[in-house]
Amino acid sequence: MITSFFHDMINPAYMAGFLTLVVIYGVFAVGLNVHWGYTGIFNFGVAAFFAVGAYTTAVLTKQSASGAYQTYIGGYHLPFVVGLLGAGFVCAILAFIIGIPTLRLREDYLAIVTIGVAESLRHVFVNEGWLVNGTRGMIGIPQPLHNLVDTADYRYVYLAIAAFVLLIVYVAVERGIRSPWGRVLRAIREDEMTAEASGKNIFAFKMQAFMLGAFIMGVGGALYAHYVRAITPDTFVPMFATFLIWVMLIVGGSGNNKGAILGALVVWLIWDRTGALVSNSQDPRIFYVRNLLIGVLIVGVILLRPKGILGEEKRVSVYAGKEKERPRPVEEAPDIASAAATEDAVDGG
Amino acid sequence: MAELIVVGLIVGSIIALGAIGLTLVYGILKFANFAHGDLMTLGAYIAFLAFRTGGHLGPLSFGPGMIAAILAAMAFVAVLCVVIDRLVYRPLRRRNANLVILAMASLGMAIILRSVVYLRWGPDTHFYVTGIQQAHNFPLGTKLKPDQMFIGVVAVLSVVLVYLLLYRTKLGRAMRATADNMDLARVSGIDTEHVVVWTWLIGGSLAALAGVLLGIQSHLMPEMGFDFLLPLFSAAILGGVGSPHGALVGAFTVGVSQELSTEWISPAYKPVIAFVLLFAILLVRPQGIFGAKKQ
Repeated sequence: MITSFFHDMINPAYMAGFLTLVVIYGVFAVGLNVHWGYTGIFNFGVAAFFAVGAYTTAVLTKQSASGAYQTYIGGYHLPFVVGLLGAGFVCAILAFIIGIPTLRLREDYLAIVTIGVAESLRHVFVNEGWLVNGTRGMIGIPQPLHNLVDTADYRYVYLAIAAFVLLIVYVAVERGIRSPWGRVLRAIREDEMTAEASGKNIFAFKMQAFMLGAFIMGVGGALYAHYVRAITPDTFVPMFATFLIWVMLIVGGSGNNKGAILGALVVWLIWDRTGALVSNSQDPRIFYVRNLLIGVLIVGVILLRPKGILGEEKRVSVYAGKEKERPRPVEEAPDIASAAATEDAVDGG
Repeated sequence: MAELIVVGLIVGSIIALGAIGLTLVYGILKFANFAHGDLMTLGAYIAFLAFRTGGHLGPLSFGPGMIAAILAAMAFVAVLCVVIDRLVYRPLRRRNANLVILAMASLGMAIILRSVVYLRWGPDTHFYVTGIQQAHNFPLGTKLKPDQMFIGVVAVLSVVLVYLLLYRTKLGRAMRATADNMDLARVSGIDTEHVVVWTWLIGGSLAALAGVLLGIQSHLMPEMGFDFLLPLFSAAILGGVGSPHGALVGAFTVGVSQELSTEWISPAYKPVIAFVLLFAILLVRPQGIFGAKKQ
């Protein structure tokens, strides 16, 4: 049992595929961390950005549609990098549209609306065959640098590409969050009114964070599309494309980018290994045990370990130094709000 | 057209039962219960488990066994809601957790409930009674099956009962006071935890009833309640969160709009219609039709 459980893991080819998905999910988890972990934006529609990012890059990088079973818009045959950035931009625009009515309202309305956007888009992708080939899906999405090495070894190249993208995303978000801009986001999450009283335009900051997170998720969706090369509307069901990412973030520790990536590793390990059990089992219902596990993880982490594995970093200012070296300044109101993002974050994050 | 409106009203009455429970929980406990749709699903399947065929109630496709099954499902889900509250939501309330955290916990519960339904009954569709029922003709070219009339009558009766409970009993007054301001209700001597228990009992049993009626109207499948979540939230927010009669009006609006839309666009877009209504109301009047503007 145990040996079969870990048998695949010592196979380097398998390991490369496994790690590629960890890296891609790491991108999503960091994106969601910008929404939820740092700004308190309650986005339950990650699947919407996942799907739009994946389809956008497919439309941008594939050749134009040909043959009886292929109908889709675009097909511009553009380079991989353009696909990735295009996916991010389209998702940021989508976030802007969703954000207009919802970012001013109470947080849970945004959750309901985003879950609605994700479900509605899935219906559109299924029913509008002309758009992105309906249920037949987009197949043969091109892969970058494919001629560099043998097909068998290409997985290592793609792992390196995906890891490089994650590194860029990670560094960019870390820099953003350690800037004054990032501290305002955390202040908004902790206490909107205090932040507003300090003269911050709450709506503008939230919108920027929402669009940035959506951009990252779009890039994640594009990375996924180029990795699996074939996507259908069924790829973007809420369990796989939204809730799994939420579990990764809260297990790893929201408000912490390292935690988000660690969560992606831990949860994907569970998901992947239970998946292996599923394919070895005679009883197809074991598939649902995996979903049950996701639900139990969400409730369990919230009740028993609300901070996740790593928890939030208390200080994110590059000027603040270590916790014990300098006492908390009392005069700077917004800084208190962000520094207070510690114990309260048990429930807030 | 008239036919679509009638079907819309039937579907609307099912949405209403779910949305009234959702809006009560939303109003009193202040969090969006993402598990409400899956409580409907569970109710439908518990009734399926308890249902014994045999006999016919007048022209209906099922016998008295269905009434027993409905009551069993309502009791089961109502008690389950209280148990879940004790295990999950109350500890979070005691900890003064952010309401968003409660909403997220409810999403976890939704996944758990649905997985249990999948594990016990599998992904295939089920029917309480198989076979085709003869529809009766009504004026304006509308046709209605006896089962659909049963759904309408049961839903209307339940809504009247809930209304009497909320506006004619001491418990109802306590519930409305708690919804207005929990702290103020507590210092006025209202046992708010008691009110919370009753909220779950009412919300849970209504959700179960809605689930069974939905199962009678079409069929049972594990995603039936989750797919209903958007119409439920649309109805509750359209009417104004915390307002039961608002939820009722919202539910009929959503139900009729969904059915009428099939006149022009594919029926596959019914859930999208509910979402478009929700998005529109949030744009123009986020407090809902009957909601008071609050800051």
